[in-house]
Amino acid sequence: MTDQAYNFAYLDEQTKRMIRRAILKGVAVPGYQVPFASREMPMPYGWGTGGVQVTAACLVPEDRLKVIDQGADDTTNAVSIRKFFQRTAGVEVTEATAEATVIQTRHRIPETALSEGQILVYQVPIPEPLRFLEPRETETRKMHELEEYGLMHVKLYEDIARHGEIATSYAYPVKVEGRYVMDPSPIPKFDNPKLGGNAAIQLFGAGREQRIYAVPPYTQVVSLDFDDHPFVASKAPHDCDLCGASESYLDEVITDDQGSRMYVCSDTDFCATRQEAGHHGRLGVPQFSSKKIAKSLEGFCAAEGVTE
Amino acid sequence: MTINPQTPMGLAPEALFGGFAEAPVQSARAFRALLEAMARPGTIWQVEGAAPPAPLSIAAGVAILTLCDGTTPLHLAGAADCLAVRDWVTFHAGAPLCAAQGAMFAVGTWAELMPVDQFRIGDPDYPDRAATLIVEMPALAPTGPRLTGPGIRETVHLSLPETAAFRANRALFPLGFDTLLCSGDQIAGLPRSTHVEDL
Ligand SMILES: [Zn+2]
Repeated sequence: MTDQAYNFAYLDEQTKRMIRRAILKGVAVPGYQVPFASREMPMPYGWGTGGVQVTAACLVPEDRLKVIDQGADDTTNAVSIRKFFQRTAGVEVTEATAEATVIQTRHRIPETALSEGQILVYQVPIPEPLRFLEPRETETRKMHELEEYGLMHVKLYEDIARHGEIATSYAYPVKVEGRYVMDPSPIPKFDNPKLGGNAAIQLFGAGREQRIYAVPPYTQVVSLDFDDHPFVASKAPHDCDLCGASESYLDEVITDDQGSRMYVCSDTDFCATRQEAGHHGRLGVPQFSSKKIAKSLEGFCAAEGVTE
Repeated sequence: MTINPQTPMGLAPEALFGGFAEAPVQSARAFRALLEAMARPGTIWQVEGAAPPAPLSIAAGVAILTLCDGTTPLHLAGAADCLAVRDWVTFHAGAPLCAAQGAMFAVGTWAELMPVDQFRIGDPDYPDRAATLIVEMPALAPTGPRLTGPGIRETVHLSLPETAAFRANRALFPLGFDTLLCSGDQIAGLPRSTHVEDL
């Protein structure tokens, strides 16, 4: 049941109409950031209020919602957002990527391939990929208008000059349908290849910066690179210690003060599903999921250096 | 506006009917269909919940109820610009009625919306400030012109009213109008990003 003190999915109808119009224009111009009048939400900005508003505008009572935070379904942030929509929209929730109709995410694209009928909603802290090159909104808007993306390549090239490779590993800029350069949100660049040609509808919401943008299904998305330094979707050169997966994005977990470490899938549903299917890694114990292990190690684990 | 003494609001009594009975949930379901339609050009979706006066189709009524309000100037073209529709739109959506040039939304048959280059195509720095045309069609079918582009895996076909205007619109990208095609309770989308070819 929904909580009758709120409108369906919390937001009032006029606000949802405004957001819905912005989403449709975003879909019509892939990669272009549509301004919208972001509303106060009953959670702090760092908790993905942009994504929450996009999700609220898209949900129907029949949806099954999945919420992930850096791949995990059980962080405080993910649990709070899931509960919020259970209460205000009465939707079912799930941790299974394949069963979800709407997935709200912070910093990851699920490992399991998405399908038609699914919507992936990204929480975006800084939607403007040119912002760190040019702080003025009027200027970045002009740069997008004129397709002046040379500075972005200069920045990536400086990486190569300094580090011998492109050091940018999160929020790696992409070009959508050969037109707009877009920030894919702080997903690892390992996830970038999943942005293009995806069967799902991908929507991006930035609450504090009041922008919505979109990548429709089967849209061309290309990570910026150079002929002599092609884009590489890198990951740690290990297999998951729990499920043995070799093709998933891994979190590095320090397991003791001697510096011992383990590598586990960042996508907890993917890892648990593989273990349930009988796959084991170096430390694989079938009855434990990676999130349970990670939780049991909380406190003396090195924090992943990613913040919103 | 024409004053009608039969209702306190000066509207024809039938204008009070045909809106969403449960707006929050019905508009949510309708939007999902509109989103899928616009994100997957050429696919045809069924919508429900609106019963607008003639000549508006159910689908056009649903699109208006879902997307239009007091902040979105709406142009009624041709036969849609009648008292019954004006009153219904005013009562259920509250959208200010306007000429084609200032419209964020416009509804009518393809012939009534001509010339389509009178509609807003957005600004170079704000391409989102473009009109959405709600086009009344005699029928919608997955046949005819070939569509390619974002949202389309390979190719799809859709019974468009013509192709030249859509090709000219695509040439303006990222500017251009966006289109919702309606027939009865069916709706399909044709965003400005779609490439249209004659077969
Ligand atoms: Zn694993």
